[in-house]
This record gives sequence, structure tokens and C-alpha cells, in this order.
Amino acid sequence: MMTNPTGRITQGQFSFLPDLSEAEITLQIEYGLKKGYAWSVEYTDDPHPRNTYWEMYGMPMFDLQDAAGVMAELKECRKTFPSHYIRLMAFDSTRGIESIAMSFIVNRPAKEPGFGLVRQEVQGRSMRYTVHSYATDAPEAERYSG
Amino acid sequence: MNAPLYRIPGAPTASAPQAPVAEAAAAAPAEPRTVNQVLAESQIEAVMDELDRDLVGLVPVKARIRDISALLVIDKLRRSLGLEAQAPSLHMCFTGNPGTGKTTVAMRMAQILHRLGYVRKGHLVAVTRDDLVGQYIGHTAPKTKEVLKKAMGGVLFIDEAYYLYRPENERDYGQEAIEILLQVMENQRDDLVVILAGYKDRMDTFFQSNPGMSSRIAHHLDFPDYSQGELLQIGERMLDGMHYRFGPGAQQVFAEYLALRLQQPHFANARSVRNALDRARLRQASRLFADRDRPLSKDDLSTIEVADLRASRVFAAAASTAH
Repeated sequence: MMTNPTGRITQGQFSFLPDLSEAEITLQIEYGLKKGYAWSVEYTDDPHPRNTYWEMYGMPMFDLQDAAGVMAELKECRKTFPSHYIRLMAFDSTRGIESIAMSFIVNRPAKEPGFGLVRQEVQGRSMRYTVHSYATDAPEAERYSG
Repeated sequence: MNAPLYRIPGAPTASAPQAPVAEAAAAAPAEPRTVNQVLAESQIEAVMDELDRDLVGLVPVKARIRDISALLVIDKLRRSLGLEAQAPSLHMCFTGNPGTGKTTVAMRMAQILHRLGYVRKGHLVAVTRDDLVGQYIGHTAPKTKEVLKKAMGGVLFIDEAYYLYRPENERDYGQEAIEILLQVMENQRDDLVVILAGYKDRMDTFFQSNPGMSSRIAHHLDFPDYSQGELLQIGERMLDGMHYRFGPGAQQVFAEYLALRLQQPHFANARSVRNALDRARLRQASRLFADRDRPLSKDDLSTIEVADLRASRVFAAAASTAH
């Protein structure tokens, strides 16, 4: 069985689609702004499915009217971390929701090695399984460099 | 490994060329050809008429706004014929004494630019030095950027802009805010329009010490002071907006009041008129309040009488200097 048939990790919205173009990302941001969401930019080099909290790039952007502000922030982030995973998240602050309403990846490394299944034998014939990201075998600054 | 082993839905393939895009372009509605078509499309006339009707005086300012709108309309027509030109820089500087209508015009400007499609959203973000400049090292840049991001797609109105630069303190963080502002004004011209506002003399010194800022601002609009007749007209409109009116003879007294007030220092044009009217309302209220048993009609409640205006300190001061 292949754990990573497309060679791309699939997290968040649109992750089975080809990469969104700049115009498409702008449209998604506009949609979120119209709904009153606050956008933020996050990045990571460890895309393990259980790695929920990525590093924040700047503060979440409240009270924006236009997508240009978010796009400028994204551009900055891409310049700083060209081969990291970068995602945009939309926070819905409506009372009772107060949670992330949209999230999609907008930047990925050129080569995504994917995940392996690690088997551990414990207590005789029992097995334990865990998912391991190949990329994290390398130290932090050297992942996705080659 | 990176190339998928199966076709991803929606992914462009060799067998599906970009033909549909060309068809869509051909099917687009006909581009506007005449000035009237653009005007009808953007409904700019309505805003311009409103500007003419609602704002008293300000002839040079209105003329300049008409010029700018004409340029944008013609630009739109040029673009529809494929005559590409760089988008004109529309950063502006409004100079004038207090109360001459700088903020009001800025708000209208945002509307006009939005109708003409120059800015995408057409909202106005009004800020002062405090919103841009931080209090410690490293605080200014994020603060300024946050404000700029909020203003994207609209108009950023910086009131009392000369406070950004404080020459007496060389470690002042204002300079940092100015540099970020300049960068965005230059590079993201399509995304926002910056309007600086302030008193004429102070703005002049501000521009002298920041030549970069001066050269990036294409339009310097000077707001003239209002004449006495214009002020009276403004006062009447304000009263009308608050559902008050002058009683018999009161308008005459208000004109006298304005004539006296104009000679005193710290006259802030329309703002002073508003304050004078607010004080007259206070006096009217206490006049009506004093007579507790009298039934008050709608007329009583909405009339500013001569006595309400005559009680002003301005008349008393004029009387004491005359004797």
C-alpha cells in the first residue's frame, strides 16, 4: 500500500487539486473576508498530520477589507521560507464558533518525500504502529533542501 | 515521486488546450467607447453632484476632483482600446486650516475612486500618528504595516501627517513609519491611495524635510477658508440636518455672530460653526427647561431663538471692547 500516492500531502481544503494560482488564492481570501473571517499565515517544515499548530508568520489580520493585505503577507512569507509548507487560515470569531473556518496550503516544497509506517514490536507478538515523516529525518534547516 | 501516478481532477493535461479561455474573452461584453458610457456605468455623476450640492464653497478643490475624475474616465477609455499606461499616482495631500472639510472630502474621494474602479473597496481608514508609530524599538513596523493592510483596497487618510516627522528628536520612530509608508505608496499603488492632511505651513516644512514623500504625492489640494456667507450657509445646513431651524431674526443675529467670531483667534471654520450651534442648542434647552409648566409644541422644540444666540460670549466680549 502506498501512503502517499500523489507525492503531495493532503491537508486542508483544495489539497487534492493542483496548486492554486495567485488569482485563485485571492478569490478564496476575498470569500473569507466577505464572511468576516480574519486571515493568518502559518508555515512549517514538519507536515505530520498530528502537527496541528504550525508557526505563525506575523499576527492574524483582523478588520481587513481587501485581499491585497493578506497576499502581501503571503509574499513576504514565501520569500522567507521558499521551500516550507505555508498555509492560510481563516478564523471565524463569531460567538459560539471562535474557530478556524478555512485552511489551505499555498506553498509546498518541490519534493515531498511523504510518510512511512513504523512498526514496533512490543510485549511478545503485539505490534504498535506510527506514522513517520521522512522529511524530519534531516535536521530542521536542511529538510526539503535537495 | 513528485509527479502523480494518476490524473488529478482539474489538472491541466496535454489533451486539453487553453481554448475555452479565448472563447470567454471573445464573448465578453463590448468595452465602453464614450465618456457617457463610462459615466453611466460608474454612476460617478451622482457622487459629483452630491459633492457639489452638499459641500459649500471649496471651488478649487471641486475643480481638482473633477480633473482627477476626468483623467480616470479617459484612462478607462484608453484601456478599452488597448492603450496601456501606468496607473496614475493618486496619492494626495490636503492642506488647509482646521474645519475646512478635509476629512469630509477625503471620504467622498474614496467613494469617487471606488466608483471609477481605481480602488477596489472604497473604504476610508482615518489614522493619526498614534496609529502608525510605536512606542519602542520594533513596534513601529508591524503597527504601520497592520494599518496599511487594513487600508488596502481603499483610502488611507493620515490626519495631521506632519506629526510623523519630529526633527527635534533624532531617535523618533516616525521616520521608520514614513519609510514603510513610502515603500508601499510606490510599490502597491494599485492597492491603496494615501491622503495626507494637515495645516499648510506645517505640511510645507514636513515636505521640505521629506523630499521623497513630496515627490510621491501628485496632487496637492489647498482648502481655502470659508467666507462669511458660506459659513452662514453651512450653519443652516447643519441646523437642518439636526432638525432645528432659526426663529424670526435669528439668522440675522447668527450672521452678526459669525462676523464677530471671525475676528477672534482660533477660528476653526465649519467646526466653530458646529460648536456655536451646539452651544445655542444647550441654551435653547435650558430656556425651555426653566418653564416647567408650559406645554411644548414641535415648533418650540425645534426653534433657535434670537435670545439663544445673543447670550453668546462673543457678543459680550464685543460689547465690552466697544465701550
